[in-house]
Amino acid sequence: MQETLVKIRDNPKFKALVNKRNTYAFIMTALIMVAYYGFILLIAFDREFLAQKIGGGVTTIGIPIGVGVILFTIIVTVIYVRRANTEFDDESKTILEEAQK
Amino acid sequence: MKIQRKHLFTGLLALIVAGSALAAGADLGQTTKQSTNWIAIAMFAIFVGFTLYITKWAAAKTKSAADYYTAGGGITGFQNGLAIAGDYMSAASFLGISGLVFANGYDGVIFSIGWLVGWPVITFLMAERLRNLGKFTFADVAAYRFSQTPVRTYAATGSLVVVLFYMIAQMVGAGQLIKVLFGLEYWVAVILVGVLMMCYVFFGGMTATTWVQIIKAVLLLSGATFMAIAVLWKFGFSPEALFAKAVEVHSKGDKIMAPGGLIKDPISAVSVGMALMFGTAGLPHILMRFFTVPSAKAARSSVGWATCWIGYFYILTFIIGFGAIVMLIQDPETFYVGGDIAKGLKGGGNMAAVHLAKAVGGDIFLGFISAVAFATILAVVAGLTLSGASAIAHDLYATVIKKGKADSADELRVSKITTLALGALAVLLGIAFEKQNVAFMVMLAFTIACSANFPVLFMSVLWRNSTTRGVTAGGFVGLILAVVLTALSDSVWVAVFGNPAGSAPFPYASAAIFSMPLAFFVIWIVSVLDNSEQAQKERALFDDQLIRSETGLGAVTSASH
Repeated sequence: MQETLVKIRDNPKFKALVNKRNTYAFIMTALIMVAYYGFILLIAFDREFLAQKIGGGVTTIGIPIGVGVILFTIIVTVIYVRRANTEFDDESKTILEEAQK
Repeated sequence: MKIQRKHLFTGLLALIVAGSALAAGADLGQTTKQSTNWIAIAMFAIFVGFTLYITKWAAAKTKSAADYYTAGGGITGFQNGLAIAGDYMSAASFLGISGLVFANGYDGVIFSIGWLVGWPVITFLMAERLRNLGKFTFADVAAYRFSQTPVRTYAATGSLVVVLFYMIAQMVGAGQLIKVLFGLEYWVAVILVGVLMMCYVFFGGMTATTWVQIIKAVLLLSGATFMAIAVLWKFGFSPEALFAKAVEVHSKGDKIMAPGGLIKDPISAVSVGMALMFGTAGLPHILMRFFTVPSAKAARSSVGWATCWIGYFYILTFIIGFGAIVMLIQDPETFYVGGDIAKGLKGGGNMAAVHLAKAVGGDIFLGFISAVAFATILAVVAGLTLSGASAIAHDLYATVIKKGKADSADELRVSKITTLALGALAVLLGIAFEKQNVAFMVMLAFTIACSANFPVLFMSVLWRNSTTRGVTAGGFVGLILAVVLTALSDSVWVAVFGNPAGSAPFPYASAAIFSMPLAFFVIWIVSVLDNSEQAQKERALFDDQLIRSETGLGAVTSASH
């Protein structure tokens, strides 16, 4: 086991994978935080903006924005899971196999 | 003049409802007993019969501590996603958010978004690392390279405090709900929930708990979908037509289409947002679910699915709330106390979704939704109990007291005894808190989870320089600060202790904006100043931990479970 650990640690592919995946995860986290706290601050500071009516009806701009934040949350999560479960997992499997040879 | 006063009154009432919901996580409040609903009771009995049958099947499969805590790691990503959703979509979020939409329109959406945004954070930062490093509890992960006794003691304390506050809120909610939904006494609900939950968890462990959550999630999602479709169908699937009618009949007119009184000051808003977003990533009963799947891949899939279901569910509660505005206000005779809108909905403002069930599907569907709402509490309490039992049996007993020398059978025995003790405690607390205001408890659980559990997990897994002293000190500081500041805020200082309004020393709706950064700061400063030999060893172990957490090398597999 110790030998495997050393091999992985010294494999540049491992460092590259960790960097890539962490950068990706932090960018995605930042996106969600911008969307959510942006939405909250918009409500706190510019309520009128969200109260604007669209197309002469009663529906306000706040409705698509609110539902949009929900859909955005789901989509970003699903995108991350798909990439992590294919690309990142394949690379991590290669690294493990190389180390256990 | 008379009309103006009435408007002012409803406006104030809405503000109070919104304010307490913001502080509370949409609690269920006090209710009055309604006439006995036999259809709902019969449907609930069918649910109980079926889930007990599953428990019997699960009990035959539950032989080791691993089976008990994690269903032997044999749950698939899709199943676990549903179970997580079942764990998270509580009765308070179903009835509370649809009730909030019914009272205030748009504000309900703001609230539900807060409950959703924690899921991507778990997906990106937590799910696979937890699965790769942990075995039964999140303390396995937090204490991976640290000295076991202090970190486990902290993590078990953090878990138990969160579990207890969350549990009291659920038990009191169950008691209040049974009066309205089934027309039975408060204590019947508390004992019923206590006994059934003990049966599931004691005999069937995680396997039974998971299936109870899955069945409940499917029933709740189907019921809510049916209601939303029934509402939209009436308006030719045009949201604009639905909103137009709602604006026409609602006393607040087109104000329901825009943010109202929910967010008063930006600091409270951001603070509550932080508690919900990062607290989700520190709830022990949610984190525990990641150990039930066979791999990191399945752990990620399960949060992916859970996020989809929960997001979908919140969109449904939004349509249901607007549907309730349209259908209930036009028929005060059936749905309002004494047929008078000014006196409020029968059973209280949180009953909007339940009344809508009757409006769209008659008494049978009303019975169905009532049974599902009650089953929801049962499933959540079962999950909480199991995670409390694992904190005591696995973290405190097997690791701290027995120093890791307890065998599986021994640990299983202790966790079963703990389950019974926690069940009894839940019943006692449920009865003790009947007349108390427990509105603050769910929010407090989230605030503690985000100020204590989340920083500890985050720093121990992702930051090389953290040490035993750092995470333990930071964790306890976050925990204590969250509790103290909450006690000094409106939701406890005024609402529970009965001090005059406006006298609360802590003016914001959640402590998270202060307690979470402070916990991170304490972990950082104490770790940086810690140059002990132990600290050097712990830093040296980081590479090992990193490799395991990132690649899954040496992770517990379902075979070795």
